[in-house]
Amino acid sequence: MLSSKSYRVSFVLIFMAVVLAWLLNVSSGSVSIPFADTIAVLFGGQANVESWQYIIWNYRIPKAFTSVLVGGGLALSGLLMQTLFRNPLAGPFVLGISSGASLGAALLLLGASLFSGLASFSLLGDFSLAIAASIGSFLVLLVVMVVAQRIKDTMALLIIGLMFGSITSALVSVLAYFSSAENLQRFIFWSFGSVGNLSGQQVLLLMGIVLLGFLLSVLSIKSLNAYLLGEHYAQSLGVSLQKSRLMIIVATGLLAGGVTAFAGPIAFVGLAVPHLTRQIFDTMEHRILIPAVFLYGAILMLLCDTLAQLPNSANVLPINAITSIVGAPVVIWLLVQKRKMIF
Amino acid sequence: MPQPKEPILTVKELAIGYRSKVVSKNISFSLEPGVLCGIVGINGIGKSTLLRTLGGFQPKLGGTITLHQKRLESYSQPQLAKELSVVLTEQPASKNLTVQELIALGRQPYTNWLGNLSQRDKDYIQQSLDAFLLNDLRHNKCHELSDGQLQRVLIARAMAQDTPLILLDEPTTHLDLYHKAQILKMLQQLAHQNQKTIVFTSHEIDLSIQLCDKMVILNGGDNPFGEPCELIEQKHFERLFPTEMVQFDAKTGAFKVNK
Repeated sequence: MLSSKSYRVSFVLIFMAVVLAWLLNVSSGSVSIPFADTIAVLFGGQANVESWQYIIWNYRIPKAFTSVLVGGGLALSGLLMQTLFRNPLAGPFVLGISSGASLGAALLLLGASLFSGLASFSLLGDFSLAIAASIGSFLVLLVVMVVAQRIKDTMALLIIGLMFGSITSALVSVLAYFSSAENLQRFIFWSFGSVGNLSGQQVLLLMGIVLLGFLLSVLSIKSLNAYLLGEHYAQSLGVSLQKSRLMIIVATGLLAGGVTAFAGPIAFVGLAVPHLTRQIFDTMEHRILIPAVFLYGAILMLLCDTLAQLPNSANVLPINAITSIVGAPVVIWLLVQKRKMIF
Repeated sequence: MPQPKEPILTVKELAIGYRSKVVSKNISFSLEPGVLCGIVGINGIGKSTLLRTLGGFQPKLGGTITLHQKRLESYSQPQLAKELSVVLTEQPASKNLTVQELIALGRQPYTNWLGNLSQRDKDYIQQSLDAFLLNDLRHNKCHELSDGQLQRVLIARAMAQDTPLILLDEPTTHLDLYHKAQILKMLQQLAHQNQKTIVFTSHEIDLSIQLCDKMVILNGGDNPFGEPCELIEQKHFERLFPTEMVQFDAKTGAFKVNK
């Protein structure tokens, strides 16, 4: 596609914004660490208090990287969904991916008491929840993909994704009804979402998954651009509908499924960020949008997490609530401002 | 008389429709380069179905479609993208594209995996912008355009795809008389000057008679094909509509409503 403008300056600015948001995120938290000390620690120096060093390296830096991966991954999956379904309101939630993850997590956390004696999940360690959620999201994705092969109409696919979402959330309710208060609490905490508490290994695994999803998105750039004209036009331009659709759905599954598995369901980032990005990068060209949306999502997530940490207080707000409080008004604002949400 | 040219598109005994329901059958015609051909007929007779079948969007039910002496169904999707381009009745999914971006998408069959445009691609885009008088609008978004302008953009995109055959489904609907004539005139120019074979469906029988080199009349029977004046002489237009409502005047080449 022939873009009308060059976005080099915007890219430099947005990249600087990511770095700033990252520094802000690392320097704030429940323990108050002066900004100068944070910078010193980051460049290998010593902080005034020894424990600060430990907090920054072992807790805050992995959390900041997780925020970047979670925000960028969700935002990118939202962009992919919006283009594939040619619907400005599509997001990673519509394909039932996050509800699949919820079902996986619910089966593990709530079902354990229901099918007592099957397995004690605490034995499975840190990864059990992530694995259960991944299996859940990929199972739903698999079903959606099988359906996608048979149905040509993407709008029907969108509705089928929503129906799967309803079914899975109904199953979660049933599980919740029968489970103990303690297990229910664990599940609710998972559903609040969190970018903290990931071990270095887990962050690396998440990075691998997000990177793979990003790579598949980049490989889909040409077909994504063709989809902007509609499926028939894309086909007439030589795009193989089945192959490209499969690739885009797998990329979305990796990005949204992987993120949800590790960080819990996080709302609105996937839906709102592509629209926010187009306020600055006024183009539909995916060569520009893919990196821009990723960076923008990272900024939003870093800021939301900084807010959620409630600087200098020991409380941490649920990140899912923060993204909704920030995201929902943004969507309303975009809709009220005519044409801002045009796809 | 110029030498007879190789036909680009040959259709023999074609039957079209959906699964078991035949919409229209017995369609035969053959088109050379540089020919503008209109497909006319009453609503529901299968004009759009015929165009979609020719474009490879839906399978035929019988007969043969030959494109450049090869069966249509033997082309792969990327090969077909270099042989035929389409202008459909459906609007582009995203109207947030600029005119230039939309036309540039027509070059996709020729670009690399990232869609980088070469100088040659840019030349084609410029030619299409020039041919359809879109230079002043090139940076406008598609949602800012009028229906007539948008139709010109979509046809310019098909031209940029640089295929020997261009198929258009009702390119003149929703346009006023002036813009209908403008679009058809531009298609005629494109066919004659660039030696393209252009096939379009239309309800504008009067305009088509004046501007087309060949016409196909879908009438649910023998589906006559030929030059407009031949078809007039053979009185095919008279039988197109029930005569108690409208009558064809062979002298003016236009329909009149019975008073």
